[in-house]
Amino acid sequence: MNISSTLASVVASGQIEASNIDPSVNAPAVATGAFSFMWLLIALPLLGAAILLIFGKRTDKWGPYLAIAMSCGAFIVGAVMYLTMLGLPANDRPVNLHIWDWVIVGDFQAPIGMQLDQLSIIFVLLITFVGSLIHIYSLGYMKHDPEKRKFFAYLNLFVAAMLLLVTADSYLLLYVGWEGVGLASYLLIGFWQYKPSAAVAAKKAFVVNRVGDVGLSIAIMLMFVTFGSVTFSGVLEDPAAANESTLTWIGLALLLAACGKSAQFPLQSWLLDAMEGPTPVSALIHAATMVTAGVYLIVRSAPIFDAAPDARTAVMVIGAITLIFGAIIGCAKDDIKKALAGSTMSQIGYMILAAGLGPVGYVFAIFHLVTHGFFKANMFLGAGSIMHGMNDQLDMRRFGALRKVMVITFITFSCGWLAIMGVPPFAGFYSKDKIIEAAFGVNVIVGAVALLGAGITAFYMTRLWTMTFTGKSRWTDDNKHPHESSAVMWIPMAILAFLSVVAGFMLAGAIETWLAPVTGFEETELAVSSLVMECASLALVVLGATIAYLQYRRDVPLVAPQHVSPLTVAARQDLYGDAFNEEVFMRPGQWLTRSMVFFDNRGIDALVNGIAASLGGLSGRMRRIQTGFARSYALSMLAGAVIVVATLILVRM
Amino acid sequence: MNSLLAAGTSPEFALPSIEYRLISPILLVLGMAVISVLVEAFVPRAHRRVVQLVLTFSTLIVALILVVMLAGQRAVTAAGSLAVDGPALFMQGTLLVLALMAALLVAERGVDPAGDAFAARANALPGSIDEREFTKRGWLTTEVWCLFLFSVGGMMLFVTGTDLLILFVALEIMSLPLYLLAGIARRRRLLSQEAAMKYFLLGAFSSGFFLYGSALLYGFAGTVDLGGIADAITANAGQNGLLIAGTALIAVGLFFKVAAVPFHQWAPDVYQGSPTAITAFMASCVKVAAFGAMLRIMYVALGGVRWDWRPMFWVIAILTMFVGSIIALTQTDVKRMLAYSSVAHAGFLLIAVVATNEEGLAGAMFYLLAYGVATIGGFGVITLVRDSTGEATHLSSWAGLGKRSPWVAGAFAVFLLSFAGIPLTAGFIGKFAVFEAGVAGGAGWLVVAAVLASAIAVFFYGRVIVILLFSVPAADGPTVVVPSSFTAFAIAAGLSLTVVLGIIPQPFLDLAEKASIFVR
Repeated sequence: MNISSTLASVVASGQIEASNIDPSVNAPAVATGAFSFMWLLIALPLLGAAILLIFGKRTDKWGPYLAIAMSCGAFIVGAVMYLTMLGLPANDRPVNLHIWDWVIVGDFQAPIGMQLDQLSIIFVLLITFVGSLIHIYSLGYMKHDPEKRKFFAYLNLFVAAMLLLVTADSYLLLYVGWEGVGLASYLLIGFWQYKPSAAVAAKKAFVVNRVGDVGLSIAIMLMFVTFGSVTFSGVLEDPAAANESTLTWIGLALLLAACGKSAQFPLQSWLLDAMEGPTPVSALIHAATMVTAGVYLIVRSAPIFDAAPDARTAVMVIGAITLIFGAIIGCAKDDIKKALAGSTMSQIGYMILAAGLGPVGYVFAIFHLVTHGFFKANMFLGAGSIMHGMNDQLDMRRFGALRKVMVITFITFSCGWLAIMGVPPFAGFYSKDKIIEAAFGVNVIVGAVALLGAGITAFYMTRLWTMTFTGKSRWTDDNKHPHESSAVMWIPMAILAFLSVVAGFMLAGAIETWLAPVTGFEETELAVSSLVMECASLALVVLGATIAYLQYRRDVPLVAPQHVSPLTVAARQDLYGDAFNEEVFMRPGQWLTRSMVFFDNRGIDALVNGIAASLGGLSGRMRRIQTGFARSYALSMLAGAVIVVATLILVRM
Repeated sequence: MNSLLAAGTSPEFALPSIEYRLISPILLVLGMAVISVLVEAFVPRAHRRVVQLVLTFSTLIVALILVVMLAGQRAVTAAGSLAVDGPALFMQGTLLVLALMAALLVAERGVDPAGDAFAARANALPGSIDEREFTKRGWLTTEVWCLFLFSVGGMMLFVTGTDLLILFVALEIMSLPLYLLAGIARRRRLLSQEAAMKYFLLGAFSSGFFLYGSALLYGFAGTVDLGGIADAITANAGQNGLLIAGTALIAVGLFFKVAAVPFHQWAPDVYQGSPTAITAFMASCVKVAAFGAMLRIMYVALGGVRWDWRPMFWVIAILTMFVGSIIALTQTDVKRMLAYSSVAHAGFLLIAVVATNEEGLAGAMFYLLAYGVATIGGFGVITLVRDSTGEATHLSSWAGLGKRSPWVAGAFAVFLLSFAGIPLTAGFIGKFAVFEAGVAGGAGWLVVAAVLASAIAVFFYGRVIVILLFSVPAADGPTVVVPSSFTAFAIAAGLSLTVVLGIIPQPFLDLAEKASIFVR
């Protein structure tokens, strides 16, 4: 449970490290010693999920505890790996564990292996640590749910798949993890499937993600054709050997994949609906870990993007668009979880933007990913705690004045609020300001967008915070008695809140040194000093927060006003994301489907059915030869012998 | 044989040298089969089953251990008539593993309320008073075990023999017990006896072909030794009618045993009529043994004239794949469907023979193992689905089985997926290996035809899976009997091997590859 100390040792070791690290000599070594047990990372939670699902109701009593134990076990394994890695010189840190060769036939090789390096260990720690906390939190949150066991099984399944995703040593295996988390996400969004909205949301997430997955599979196929390999070492060793347009296509396909999984424009629409899932799920999967898989994919593929500047620019632009997009949506939502979801979208926009900046940004993308993982999970758990105390009420217009009745939630949530706004010395300050600075170093417009985003973030988060915790109570009759949640819920929140405060300054500076051997790192060159930048962004934050506070401190109507600006209307409609999908994808898609169905019925089906019918007919006729008489069988054998002899003689002639 | 002929020049008879260690597995199985006959004669009826079970299983296990210990040997022994080499040992191992699994099915007596799968007394007329009396007394036909061991011994000899006469003897040792075993089912005895009769008549017919072919080849080469025939072919490169005719007739004999079209017609009737445990044994082990011998004869003796016999094999392979797959489409009986499926598999395996390269040999050995384990598992499942009259093999009664017995239906579905060659099952890797060998051996178009035939085959396997798992269960459908651990273990072994060979095939492929050189 003491990630703080392990993270602190990142700092310590980072400073001791020699700073002249040569990224070119960074080929993974064969895993030995403690590393040869890295398969346990995946095996433990997978075993948990398997036991809970296979033994079913028999595990109802102790199943959740087993799931927690498995998740914590994976964290311990991860921590041991991390400590072992700390003891190694930077160039020896990446290790590869070959598990088995699935098929090696000619040119096609499908080795299955795991790779652990400075980048993946960060993910491993984040996933297992936040994952374990949320497992524990769920014990309280899902206490009365009849399907509690299944919920924990799916959570374990998710952890296993996510760990597979980040420890795979090839794109092919990563794809397996990628689909695994998609499956877990689908199952958990639709966990309360008796609610039609949940079932529809799960389906939507699944379908939209498929679009992104097509991107990943195209990228993998292109890699195989171009490099003859799909392993990280085979593809990323020397991508510049391929021609640039191919790399650009690979990069764009990877970006499409990232857009799907990380809810980036134009595939963002599913994330808001995904909030139908239980709140711990929103915290773990749809805020802290799975949705950041796209960032991982892009940072992992850094050598490809470094060699394909056009693709990298596209990444940056997508990130910038989504960051504003999500922020605007966050401003207009009255549903607390949806407001947070808009915020998640926007914050991942920051990460994608940073990843699109190249070596000046990769490190900060991951840095922000980690801090965001802490403070956003913290706020989602806070929202869950509020829902728990408020009879599952989600509408912030019916909150207010919760500060007094839910003191712990108020304090932990406030830590997250200050962290996401980037108020020093909270975590977000260190990570987000670095991204803004780096963005200014690359392109002034992108920098301005990132800066503006900071202001809007302050506005919507303060709006959320003010409407929920301050002002007068606007509680409706069904929940007159809000109360604080039990310790099993608030302790995880408190731990995450603590990290929302300290993770920033603990990691700042150290994470660059730590990650540089994997992702490369360059200092940003700025025209103005970074102090000026920090002051500018802080000024915007204060401005945004003040406006929001002043506006929402006063009476908030119980029903959202209808006569509002067009922008608000648009933002309430998710900036017409669904309408866009409907017009651009669904309608033409339906048209295409209809015409295909028509063609299918008339053309292909006729052909297929024709073949099937004629084969069936042939079969019916042929089986009549099977008369049951031994004499006719013998005759057939004789005929066969004649055929055999005749063919042999024919060949001779 | 060479040394025998050489010995003929000197007046006194020189005893051929035999390395007993090398052929110890075969000697053990055949020797124990003889002892098993003595058991029938001297052990009281009440104890026979137990004694026979212990004897059979320990024999098979010890023989398997001996085979494993011989791994890596490459020698010709017993006066040049037996070749203990990689392929021989790999296939002996495969045969013993499959025979062990089949023996588990044969040993089962928990699924039929009347006893095991065999008639109380084979000589009692079906439906007679005697039959009822014997059944009431609970007599068992424990002779099954002697026959079983003899047959296994014959098969092991068949994949090891490198001399046409030994091969013929082995063929008969293997087949004669099978004719008997096919005819002693407890249920539907007339069908069973009819199957035995047909199998015997047609088998005798095909043995005639094989023997005549051997005689013609002897006439051509002056020797029955496979290596000697190869040398004679190199020496007389020109035309020779005896060689061509001999090749054709030997091939016919072997085509019959592997059930290639048009020599396949016995298969559906015999598979359906025989006791299902014996069908499992026959479908898996006979195929291994017959392909073992076919590969050896075609590669070692007749490799020099492969340009002559390859087109004929093309024709037979294509016929076999397509006829097997197409007729299977409209089968309504599960056992008959699997029979036609086994015919189609023989077609795919013929590609490996056509390939005449190391990959072909290695691919065929892997394929036979993959096919064998799934076959025994599949027939094992069939023994469990029963109604009041015995096994319910009509497909319609299998509808919706997955709803009532998800594990049994799921296992059967996995076996079918493996037959169909779906990835992550053993069947996929086997097909892949054989097809690749075919392409490497210059039989690209044959592989294209094979892929088309597989597509047809997927349809009928898929149809059964749909019926099994997704249709509404029949109201008065059969029940799935809970077997004793014999059958359960056989099915579990088949299932796990099918999955393991599909997921971690590389060690087995490597092993087959290392074993893929014939000695002569």
